[in-house]
Amino acid sequence: MSEIRFHSRGGEGGATAAKILGMAAFFDGKYSTSLSVYGAERRGAALISGTRISDTEIRRYSSIKSPDYVVILDPVLVEISDVTEGTNEDTIFLMNNGGECPLVLEDYILYSVDATSISLDLGLKVAGMPVLNTPMVGALARLGLVKQSSLKRAIRQIYADTRNIRASEMAYERVVKVQNRRSILEESEELEEEAYERLEEAV
Amino acid sequence: MMAECVEEEETSVYVTGCEAAARAVIIAKPSVVAAYPITPQTEIVEKLSLFIGEGRHDCQFIAVESEHSALSACIGAASCGARTFTATSSHGLLYMAEMLYWAAIARLPIVMANANRALASGWNIWADHIDSLSQRDAGWIQFYTSTVQEVYDTILIAFRVAENEGVMLPVMVNLDGFLLTHINQPLRLVDETLYQEEFLDEINVPHALNLDSPHTLGTLISPSDNYRVQHDRKLGMERAKDVIKEAERDFLRLFGREYHPVMEYRSDDAEVLLLGMGTLAKEAEDAVDMMRFRGIKAGLLRLRQIRPFPDDEIIDAISRSPAEKLVIIDRDYSPGSGGILSQEIKTRLYDAGIVKEIVNVIAGVGGQDVSAEDMMEMVELERGEHWWGI
Repeated sequence: MSEIRFHSRGGEGGATAAKILGMAAFFDGKYSTSLSVYGAERRGAALISGTRISDTEIRRYSSIKSPDYVVILDPVLVEISDVTEGTNEDTIFLMNNGGECPLVLEDYILYSVDATSISLDLGLKVAGMPVLNTPMVGALARLGLVKQSSLKRAIRQIYADTRNIRASEMAYERVVKVQNRRSILEESEELEEEAYERLEEAV
Repeated sequence: MMAECVEEEETSVYVTGCEAAARAVIIAKPSVVAAYPITPQTEIVEKLSLFIGEGRHDCQFIAVESEHSALSACIGAASCGARTFTATSSHGLLYMAEMLYWAAIARLPIVMANANRALASGWNIWADHIDSLSQRDAGWIQFYTSTVQEVYDTILIAFRVAENEGVMLPVMVNLDGFLLTHINQPLRLVDETLYQEEFLDEINVPHALNLDSPHTLGTLISPSDNYRVQHDRKLGMERAKDVIKEAERDFLRLFGREYHPVMEYRSDDAEVLLLGMGTLAKEAEDAVDMMRFRGIKAGLLRLRQIRPFPDDEIIDAISRSPAEKLVIIDRDYSPGSGGILSQEIKTRLYDAGIVKEIVNVIAGVGGQDVSAEDMMEMVELERGEHWWGI
């Protein structure tokens, strides 16, 4: 089972992001559930949503405690929410930003896509705010969580505006792995291993 | 190939518990839906109003001015022999309270969905069973569901049970607030024609108001008759036990999904049994599997109905299992008394002459986040009442 936790602010579409991803997994032939942790919060408040994807029936309703993926729709949430809660060294982060690594994510696997720019370029806004969920789930498809075709089908079912499909495609193309302490360390370890192998061959 | 040209009709969808409920109602074709759309009301009536507005079903949708009026409108329509539906939640259900009794004693087969939520003070609106359990003596049949699929299937079953001539009682289908109302899960749809032709007959309320044979309903009942009417309601509830099982058997035969008053999970050889209702009792299946993996022989009994109470089924399941310890999880509490489900079960055990070690855990009230891992710890608790997290 894969567990994906979304951090967003009310009005940014985090709950719908969880639903789109879950629906795409359902179209992939998987079992999935998606749910927001609702409260009395209103527009702008920090909000957590979650999707679970599995090959078999999911019987869990309690909150996601140790996410495999953490998706941050609004970069400001890194400052005000505990985005690393319950994570481990295998947890994969996806952030909406220009490719920078916040200090708290230096030791995590981190991907980035500029969802805000994608939506603003497409003029994709709801109530004056750029739509962040469709590009973010587009990037998740690139990370292999769901098939891109299933994702587009899910987006089409939820949004009439076809620019949402375009936004997901653009994010699929543009998502990048962020260079941080973790990635540099891993690269140097790889280089070291290669060097060892060459040395062994030479000997 | 020709077959590929024909667009396949959708047989499964990915929806919330609310949408599943609304989809089931539309298939049962009520002629009157009444509701008051305000928090803590759910998306159920919103979806129904949308479906009816789209012309998917021809029905009188009455947007009333309170929950008391919502149920009153259903009572009026059902008294004329109409199939009716309404939905509510939490304080809305309590605002209906006097009409809940009215509907049951008048033997009107109204079907209602209730999103189980906590009661104020301190607005909470998260999952809690106290709203419906506080109304358990009204004479409504009460189901508790654990998946989006079960919400849908149980509403389909509810109309048939309510309208059975021997039963003629209102039915409440409960679904946990947020956890089921707002979660998205895959839902397999039934063949609507098969449902309408093979499963649910035309509604026939024998005592419906009728201009050809004028009579009144709900006027003064003297002490010499009132107890008879209340006793009749009891008989209807008793007959419902078999009617529910028969409906569940037919549902399995026609639609392939199996339901019983008590859903047993790995209980036959269990040394400790978890008992509960709703989503908590679904997640408990994970707890049972994890415990089994660690060598603890755990099992689970999930009650799908509390009225009529499935006496025979619960005693039978407990007797068949070698478990000496029962861990009863209550998502409710009766202050000054204890967990309500626990009390109900203890009564039946006493009547059957069975003595067990009973652990009563009050957990999940007011939406408290309770996981399968927590339930594995509950099994270690000693006899008596425990409040989870305190």
